[in-house]
Amino acid sequence: MAEPLDDYIDAVSKALALPVEEAFRPAVRANLEVSLRLARLVDEFTLPDETEPAPIFTA
Amino acid sequence: MTAKPEMNAADIAKAVAGGQLSALAATEAALARIKQHDGILNSFTDVTAERARAKARAIDADIASAKQVGPLAGVPFAVKNLFDVAGLPTRAGSKINRDLAPAKRDATLIERMEAAGAVLVGALNMGEYAYDFTGENIHDGPSRNPHDTTRMSGGSSGGSGSAVGGALVPIALGSDTNGSIRVPSSFCGIFGLKPTYGRLSRARSFPFVASLDHLGPFARCVADLALAYDVMQGPDADDGACTTRGVEQVTPLLGQPISGLRVAIAGGHFQKNVFPEAVEAVSRVAKALGATQVVDIPEASRARAAAYVITTTEGASLHLDRLRQRPNDFDPAVRDRLIAGAMVPAALVDRAQKFRRWYRAQLAEIFASVDVLIAPATPCTAPKLGQVNFNLDGVELPVRANIGIHTQPISFIGLPVVAVPVPLEPLPIGVQIIAAPWREDIALRVAHALEKMGVVAAPAPRGL
Repeated sequence: MAEPLDDYIDAVSKALALPVEEAFRPAVRANLEVSLRLARLVDEFTLPDETEPAPIFTA
Repeated sequence: MTAKPEMNAADIAKAVAGGQLSALAATEAALARIKQHDGILNSFTDVTAERARAKARAIDADIASAKQVGPLAGVPFAVKNLFDVAGLPTRAGSKINRDLAPAKRDATLIERMEAAGAVLVGALNMGEYAYDFTGENIHDGPSRNPHDTTRMSGGSSGGSGSAVGGALVPIALGSDTNGSIRVPSSFCGIFGLKPTYGRLSRARSFPFVASLDHLGPFARCVADLALAYDVMQGPDADDGACTTRGVEQVTPLLGQPISGLRVAIAGGHFQKNVFPEAVEAVSRVAKALGATQVVDIPEASRARAAAYVITTTEGASLHLDRLRQRPNDFDPAVRDRLIAGAMVPAALVDRAQKFRRWYRAQLAEIFASVDVLIAPATPCTAPKLGQVNFNLDGVELPVRANIGIHTQPISFIGLPVVAVPVPLEPLPIGVQIIAAPWREDIALRVAHALEKMGVVAAPAPRGL
């Protein structure tokens, strides 16, 4: 039975030219669920529009 | 005089410079100890014996001709195998990188250690591509905990923790992206320094997450940690993130009193999901420092989440071609995390980087009224090798995902930290001494004071 993230995984896999073998799929899906859950936790936090990303490179 | 395993780096350097011990004898003693114990510890992936002997002989020749030698003369050290070592492919814990051409030049930090007289004796085991907190490696086998070889060394600088914890070498170098110096320091019962982001050059080391990667030293005492840190400082045009600040020597400051420093205990996130051992370790350190104030660090759990997101996506970007071309040559656990990381929408990553700016400002505000924060380095002592879950207050939690929960919110904004070992029985555990950016001196002074009080110490390896 198809899992909710499977269509997304297929689409991104195609867009990135990053093959996901069927054997990898359950673990990729489980990891993506964790990544998206944590990303949503950050996403829920309201920041001012003026907020800049943290500086990394200084020339 | 012979080099004993309990000799720290400062003692060895003093004895070598004073002519009581030859650099070659110190090197041979380390090589013999590696030969004797590394079959069990599995901390080394390469032993550079001939190179080490040649370097040691050169130091002895300098001493014989009354030339000035550096502060680490004759001190054996080893590096996580993501550092370039001339003549070796930089494997970074992977199978894939073994196909790379041998490095032509040493990493900057190796060059600086050797310029100070230290002697490189080899490269150390690590979790694949540094995406690991356990010290287990599917290709090379796990590095083992020197106090109980059935347990994890911690990772990803597992070999570094194991080699110093097992007293095979007095100093090792490692990397810390989310906790990979502090976690093995905690599990192996040694001192580790994760400096401020940008403080030490990463030139000619294999990267993981450019915006979070730090390099730093491990040692069995604070004086050795400071010695190694001091000789490795300084700008380096070969690392775009390396500071242009000059060298700020800490060794001369170690003995300064700490009575004027304001020390607080990190609350909230840092007091949750911890085993009694971690609570006890923080409590001992807090008591010794007279710290009673608890400071809540706002949104630390979210900071950990943002660090996770940045790590998995930047890591995926780094490895995208290898994931396309050689997916079956990765450790499957690393590969599947990275593939998932490649699929996180860019807008969410940008928000994580913006959150990072906000969170950094919160910590800057805290450090306006506090000099030092103390927090657990790990929620537990070293788990068993291969252990998947641990039970905390009746709740089953995954080991891998929870080992770094207290280190990630700190490295996320690049704060300097000394991990100090509290020698609990039967296993040691670490505490983070956290300071404001560029104040490694404060963290090291506090660690030194704790060591003098006998609260923190690297226990002799019990598993060998």
